[in-house]
Parts: sequence; C-alpha cells; structure tokens
Amino acid sequence: MNRAQKNRLKDKVFKGLGITATFLGIVILAIFIGFILYQGMERISWEFVMSLPSRFAEQSGIYTAWMGTVWVLVCTTLISFPLGVGAGIYLEEYGKKNWWNTFLEINISNLAGVPSVIYGLLGLGVFVRMMKMGNSILAGSLTLSLLILPVIIVSTREALRAVPSTIKEASVAMGASKWQTIWHQILPASFGGILTGVILALSRAVGETAPLIVVGALVYVPFAPTSPLDEFTVLPVQIFNWVTRPQQEFVINAAAGIIVLLGITFVMNGIAVYLRNKWQSKMNW
Amino acid sequence: MSRKLKEQIIEKVLAFCALVTILTTIGIVLILLVEAVGFFQEVSIVDFLTGTEWTPLFADKSYGILPLISGTLLTTFIAIAVALPIGLTIAVYLNEYAPRKLQKVVKPLLEVLAVVPTVVYGFFALMIVTPFLKIFIPDLSGFNALSPGIVMGIMIIPFVSSLSEDALDAVPDSLRQASYGMGSTKFQTAFRVLVPAASSGIVVSVILAISRAIGETMIVAIAAGQNPQFTFDPTVPIETITAYIVQVSSGDVPQGTIAYKTIFAAGITLFVLTFILNNISYWIKSRYQEKYE
Repeated sequence: MNRAQKNRLKDKVFKGLGITATFLGIVILAIFIGFILYQGMERISWEFVMSLPSRFAEQSGIYTAWMGTVWVLVCTTLISFPLGVGAGIYLEEYGKKNWWNTFLEINISNLAGVPSVIYGLLGLGVFVRMMKMGNSILAGSLTLSLLILPVIIVSTREALRAVPSTIKEASVAMGASKWQTIWHQILPASFGGILTGVILALSRAVGETAPLIVVGALVYVPFAPTSPLDEFTVLPVQIFNWVTRPQQEFVINAAAGIIVLLGITFVMNGIAVYLRNKWQSKMNW
Repeated sequence: MSRKLKEQIIEKVLAFCALVTILTTIGIVLILLVEAVGFFQEVSIVDFLTGTEWTPLFADKSYGILPLISGTLLTTFIAIAVALPIGLTIAVYLNEYAPRKLQKVVKPLLEVLAVVPTVVYGFFALMIVTPFLKIFIPDLSGFNALSPGIVMGIMIIPFVSSLSEDALDAVPDSLRQASYGMGSTKFQTAFRVLVPAASSGIVVSVILAISRAIGETMIVAIAAGQNPQFTFDPTVPIETITAYIVQVSSGDVPQGTIAYKTIFAAGITLFVLTFILNNISYWIKSRYQEKYE
C-alpha cells in the first residue's frame, strides 16, 4: 500500500469513527431511557400520580412532589422572567461600552459557570436564614431564579440582537422615544426568541436537584403546598430520596418518577424548539 | 408624568434588573466567606488544605479537604477522558465530513444529552452502568468513581462537541482550501490544519467542561458513595466536594455547629476552583478570539 492509499484509508476509518462517536451518546441515552421505561412503567398509574409519599413503596406517590414542582415553576417564572428580560434589555439597548458594562458582562458569564450547589448555599444563607423564609417554596424559587438568570439574560440579548436595526431606526425617525421603540417594535419582534430562552431556562430549573436539597427541600411533606411560604419537595428531590433507599420497590418508584420528570422536561424543550423554529421562519426580514 | 421622567424611571428599573447579577455574586462571596471564616477560626487552614482525613461527622473529627479534592479530581478526570475524545471526534466529523442535512438532525439530538436532569443520570450510573461494569471488573464496589465519571462524561459530550465545532467553524476557509490544494485528505486537513488553528477554542471548551464536571453534584452524590478517601483508585467508594455538601444538607446537622460550617468551607473551595477555571477560559477566549478576524 503506498502513502496515498494509506492516507485515504485513514480518512475512511476516521469517518466511521466519527459516525460512531456521534451516535454513541445518543444510543446510550436511548438504552438508559428504555431501561427506565421497562422498570418504571408498571408503577405509572393515576394512583401513583395522586398519592402522598409513604413508608410503603407500593402506596407511595408523587402528588406532593409534582405539586411542589408546579408551585416552584410558577414562582420561579414570575421572579426570573421580568428580572432576566429586564437585565437583557438594559445590557443590549441601554448599555454603553464602558468599564461598568464590561464588568457586568464578565460577571454574568462567571455566574453562568458557578456550580448549582453553590447557589444552594447562597439560598440557604440569604433566603432561608437571613430573610427567615425557612424551607419554603419562595426560598427555593428565589434560589432557582438567580441560578437561571444568566441563561435568560444571554438568550434575551441574542433575541434582541436579531431584530434588524432598520426597524429601530424607522421607529426613532417617526419620533418614538427609546422605550416606545423597545416596547412597541423591538420586544414584539423578538418575543418568540425571548420566550424560547425563558422556557429552556425553566426546563433546567425543573430538573435541578442539588440547590433545592441544600435549601432544605429534602423533607417529608405530608401535604401539598397551598401557599408560597409552605414547606415543599419537588419531583427530582423525591426521586433522589427514593434512589438512595436500599429497597428495590423504591427503585421502581424512582424509575416511575423519572418517567414523569423526563416527560415534563422533554415537553418543555419540545415547546421551546417549536417556538424557535416558528420564530426563526417569521424572522426572515 | 413627563415623557422624559418616565423614560428615566424605566431605565433605572432595567438597570436594577442588571444589578441583581452583581448582588448575586456579592451574596455568594459574602455568604461563603462569613461561614468559612467562622470555620477557619476553629480549624487551621494548613490542616484543612493538607490533611488527608475528612471526618467532620464522626466522633473523632478531622478536617483535611484532600480526600474530597482527590475524589473530585478523579471523577472529573474520568469524565474528561470520556468526553474529550468523543466530543472532539464529533466536532471534527460534523464540521468536516457530515452532510449538512445530517448536521441539522444530529445537533439538536446531541443537545438532548445536556437536557436530561442530572438526578436521572445519577440513577443511570447507579442502576445500569455500575452493574454493567461489574461484569468486566468483578472487584468493583457498588459505589465507585468510575461509573459516575463515565456517565458524567456522556453528559458533557455536547459541551465539548458544540463549543469545539464553533471553534473549527471559525477557522477561515482559505486555510482549508490551501490544505486541500496541497492534496491533503480531509483527515489530514482536520488534524494538521483545522484543529491546531482552532486550538484556543478547543482548549476553552475543555476548560469549561472540566469546570462543569467539578461542579456536577447529583451523579456523584448518588453513585460515588459517601466515603471520603484520599485515593485515586476508581473502583472504591469516594466522595466529592459537591456530594459532601448534599450529604450534610440532606441529614440533620444543626445550624451553627462546626459540621454545618464545613459545607461552606467545602463550598468556597469549590467556588475558587471553578472561578479560576472560568476566568482562564474567559481570558483565553478574549485573547485569542480575534486571531483570524
């Protein structure tokens, strides 16, 4: 075999490797999910969804857990959506190129890299203890809001940047003020993109476990929360609780809980991808 | 209200939203520092950084962080050993070989790996990967560093692949064309021209992946055991910094005790580690990004 042939062979071998590598992770994940479905599907029932947790695995359900997840999701949305979008608008539309804004930007990219469990310690120190909120939904939601804020800010800025400057200029030329331009022109044009980013960030919040354990969500809650100041647990924490028990029956419960959690996560991501595609096709100015 | 005043108020409100991010950073640093200072008044910082025993929850207490650091480094190393070769291969393949159509299908599919909650990966590691590995390594303990390390590696594949692909994509086409013009194969072009040219971007992706692996919590909390040992043996139970924080938080440790303060001491160690890595990557990015522009 001469050198050219050898090189061509290497090329082919790598191509095969590339295809293998590309699908390796996806295939492994598919096997994992298949395993979960096989183990947990038998436990999925109306009863499982509507039962309170119990010492007996067969009677245990995820009612308090998913109610907690819904509460946390709603509160986190109410807090993080205005804050994140507001900060994104400020940085993209009002921020001038000076040291303060550079500092803000470096800080945000740094926050995005802080491990989630550290946000848990922040929540524990500030919300649970200093502000005396206890292990409440509010404390958990505030913690998660701060955690996903960088994600929302970055995606909001990207969506705002995608609006062509001609629209802005036309609006200003008509005599609109800065805020009128943003409110009536830029925000409606970029809303699909902003919403996509927010939903993706929230789907991350739904799956977060560690920061909520640290703020105290790993407690036995015998009732579903009725106010933001109630104690709570969420689906991923309930799953963690079951996984760490030695009995096989609880493992099956965990698998069933994971099916529900993955369902929620995938639906949220599906909605986000759908919105993004719809928005992108609309955005062909 | 005059229009000008209204505009000014709105700008102030928006500026406050941005300010929240600064307050978050200050809050993190202060909370960690205050509790850690309390901790270091009772435990010498030298013992903390050089001790090889970590037993704050036992009767006979020792506060050496090294076992937690060795556990963290071990799982991180395994994760990167999985994610780097696979992620880089994917990046080169998608950038250089794959047809456009395949790229469009595969990229979102890979992102699914990053979307799955980490507690779910923890379940996979404990219930599927560890039993599977036991077939080949009979001595493998039920809790170990190997299995969560591998699973973590699978989880961060999309980080490495998408960031590296962006870096490869940014290499000017003229370099690629020149290489083809010299008669190189795609393989030669990719590994002798594109990868070296995109090396700073690839290094950034690896550093961010390391930082992500160091901070990963649930996979190791579930599958690595809660047994801080100063060892680099991947087959025995260990504990990472993050897993320790979760262990203490999920148990009953009264506020204000030294055991309670340890999670903040562990937290500040973790924060400093990831902070340094993130800033190195930021520095490389801003320093080398404009090389081709």
